[in-house]
Amino acid sequence: MTDLGCVIAGVDSINPFWLASAPPSDKKYNVERAFKAGWGGAVWKTLGEDPPVVNVTSRYGVHRSHDRSIIGINNIELISDRPLEVNLREIEEMRKEWPDRVIIGSIMAPMDEGAWKSLAVKVANAGVHGIELNLGCPHGMCERGMGSAVGQVAEFVEQTTRWVCEAVGLPVFTKLTPNVTDIMIPAAAAKAGGAHAVSLINTVNSIISVDLDRMTPTPIVDGRGTHGGYCGEAVKPIALHMTAEIARQAETQGLEISAIGGITTWRDAAEFIALGASGVQVCTAAMLYGFRIVEDMNDGLAAFMREKNYRSIEDFKGKASAQTVDWNALNMNHDLLARIDQDSCIECGRCFIACEDTSHQAIRIDAKPEGGRKFTVIDDECVGCNLCMHICPVKDCITMEAVDTDRPYVTWPEHPKNIASKAAE
Amino acid sequence: MRHFKINTESKGLTPQEVAENFDDLHPRLEPAQAVVDAARCVYCYDAPCMNACPTRIDIPKFIHQIRSGNIGGSAKTILSQNIMGGTCARACPTEVLCEEVCVVHHTEGAPVKIGELQRYAVDHLMEAGGDHPFTRAPATGRILAVIGAGPAGLSFAHRAAMMGHEIVVFDAKPKAGGLNEYGLAAYKMADDFAQREVAFLLGIGGIRIEFGKSLGADLMLEELRSDFDGVFIGAGLTNSQSLGAEGEDLEGVRDALDFIEEIRQAKDKSKVSVGDNVIIIGGGNTAIDAAVQAKCLGARNVTLVYRRGPEAMSATGWEQDLATANGVAMRFWAAPKSFSGSGKVERISLSETELNNGKLSVTERSFELPADLVLKAIGQKLDQSAFGDLEIADGKIAVDENYRTSVSGVYAGGDCIASGEDLTVQAVEDGKQAAIACDADLRAAMKGAAK
Repeated sequence: MTDLGCVIAGVDSINPFWLASAPPSDKKYNVERAFKAGWGGAVWKTLGEDPPVVNVTSRYGVHRSHDRSIIGINNIELISDRPLEVNLREIEEMRKEWPDRVIIGSIMAPMDEGAWKSLAVKVANAGVHGIELNLGCPHGMCERGMGSAVGQVAEFVEQTTRWVCEAVGLPVFTKLTPNVTDIMIPAAAAKAGGAHAVSLINTVNSIISVDLDRMTPTPIVDGRGTHGGYCGEAVKPIALHMTAEIARQAETQGLEISAIGGITTWRDAAEFIALGASGVQVCTAAMLYGFRIVEDMNDGLAAFMREKNYRSIEDFKGKASAQTVDWNALNMNHDLLARIDQDSCIECGRCFIACEDTSHQAIRIDAKPEGGRKFTVIDDECVGCNLCMHICPVKDCITMEAVDTDRPYVTWPEHPKNIASKAAE
Repeated sequence: MRHFKINTESKGLTPQEVAENFDDLHPRLEPAQAVVDAARCVYCYDAPCMNACPTRIDIPKFIHQIRSGNIGGSAKTILSQNIMGGTCARACPTEVLCEEVCVVHHTEGAPVKIGELQRYAVDHLMEAGGDHPFTRAPATGRILAVIGAGPAGLSFAHRAAMMGHEIVVFDAKPKAGGLNEYGLAAYKMADDFAQREVAFLLGIGGIRIEFGKSLGADLMLEELRSDFDGVFIGAGLTNSQSLGAEGEDLEGVRDALDFIEEIRQAKDKSKVSVGDNVIIIGGGNTAIDAAVQAKCLGARNVTLVYRRGPEAMSATGWEQDLATANGVAMRFWAAPKSFSGSGKVERISLSETELNNGKLSVTERSFELPADLVLKAIGQKLDQSAFGDLEIADGKIAVDENYRTSVSGVYAGGDCIASGEDLTVQAVEDGKQAAIACDADLRAAMKGAAK
């Protein structure tokens, strides 16, 4: 029997899918709809001290792919603009009405011990399972000394985490901003402050597009625009990397990860879990398609686990971690060659022009006697880069074949062409 | 596949229904549809579609430009190779040209809608108005005569005007466009597109058209040669073929092209008389255009008679399907023997045909069909009387690889030469290439004279 249940920083969840702290988790009405749809938990939209913030209109911009589907959203919305008391009352009600679902309270305050502690206690008293520290919003709040203005300074990350840990006896999730040079610095700071888990990534600081008629960045607020927080499918690779580093590096061992960043399908979630996340949080996919998308997240993840004989999330959590290494640990003697399956080739020539113009001139065109074009790989020129395989519009038409080089596993530090390694001998 | 309103009961079609039948065969793509279909293009290198197009339009490029939102640039990519890209987008048998070889067939089972995307882009540019997208090279002081304002002649004129020459086009008809105006089904060229395209093309400047003048009657080739610096003949094929069948001169037996011309020129198409039993003889796209339009006018029984099987028809499979989907009956392996009737045609007698050792022969077996209108779509031939000493080969004007005829300074292209398929797109290519060749010859002569 496949069990999607999981434990994240000591919090039991019926499945690994939580709504991230964001517009979809702004109030009881939404969160209730999400729980009905099957989400395992919700991180309530970030709460601050009263009086509540005031938001602007409009708030979202989007990044589209060629077929007009949305691959990223940029938002300039601030934290919850509803009174604290209303939010706390609704959280309390939801905890009573949905005892098997997780509610985490997200909070944000300026660098003031009293502010953090009193907010954390108020939210804890509403009955949440844990507290998440929003140290990441890269727009608006940071101009008031909050959000990423806190998360970008390691000492502040450690300090705020410590304050909240001291104030409440609940699991503490420190939410990290990706807008830093090295994610390991704030992650280690969160650990030092006593965090049980880190949530990441918050949104990536961005300008999503420029309206070339109005010569204004979008979204436009009365003739002007500003940078905002970028999220959705397009940021997933950034989030995967940061998740992998925190999971595998020695200095952050023991810190659990609630992964966030473009998770749209069960497969995305499985990838984050394989790199070491205990659970995931989702916002953009829900904003694009509604809460119902969790149905296939649950279903697809369970099907994947059955197929691979994983009985629980724990069974494959971090399973890709050991294979995630520094470049210097890669085998310099590994060799691959591209192979083009002539039967499935549609003769579009994309592989040829990509290799010819931008890579290693390793694909040849010959006229077929019966008409048409035959594309073949010139083995001596192919460096096994994968470009042709990726750009080929036909699935599995170009594959990469391992070459038996009969050579040992040699890393760059050991490589004969590495002058630095020779000098060390 | 479009389904027209056809006459399934005896009461006929209302004028409103007839008018709707002659609306656009394919409604234009909406912007969202165009972007979605453009995204299906895999952007082939040295693309098969481009090589299948007689005018070699850079199809991956123009589709990419639609995708990027550069619709005007997309249209210019098309028009730079084919100034009649608008007509070709409507009338080309794309199913046997660009779309037939589209590689997306292999991955998705259906090609990118290249023709419809081309129309989307060109319509956008033409409707946006503004300056003509091409400019003329400095004036050469040379003036060229063009015989025929059809696709070949106008394509030649446009390209030659771009290269700095002055052009006078002569046409026997009262309107320009040739078969685009007179010879294509009305639902393919809705909203007076042929005339709108001519007006757009003339926007380059330097082109004057004189109507009601035909070679041999009003104009002599020798005079044109002396009055102009070069002559291009794009006169088409103007003589009808004859079946040689008894009763062919009866009233009601006419050329399919005349019938199509009558429909095209009729302001109110419901006024075109068609009859109840229409027989079309022939197997090309003109036969289909005539047959389907007869149905569109409300003819009850329309039968296309062809002397061979469906695979031998030059009409594409798509055109054949359009006909059968709209109630045109196909009668294969039959050839007209005679027509009869008192004063006007009432019956057609047909012989069954068969292949004997690969050769088509007429059998003893015959049958009759009622007929009140018979449309002959058996091809046109060159009116050889007009061309003086020009060398004719196999019934067409002989040209070399640079479209030069046997007479110096005289070039020819389109249906009156044997260059490829008798398609608008081929005629446009002929005119364009002939203009390039003529320009090169003129410049070589100018250079020689300057030395």
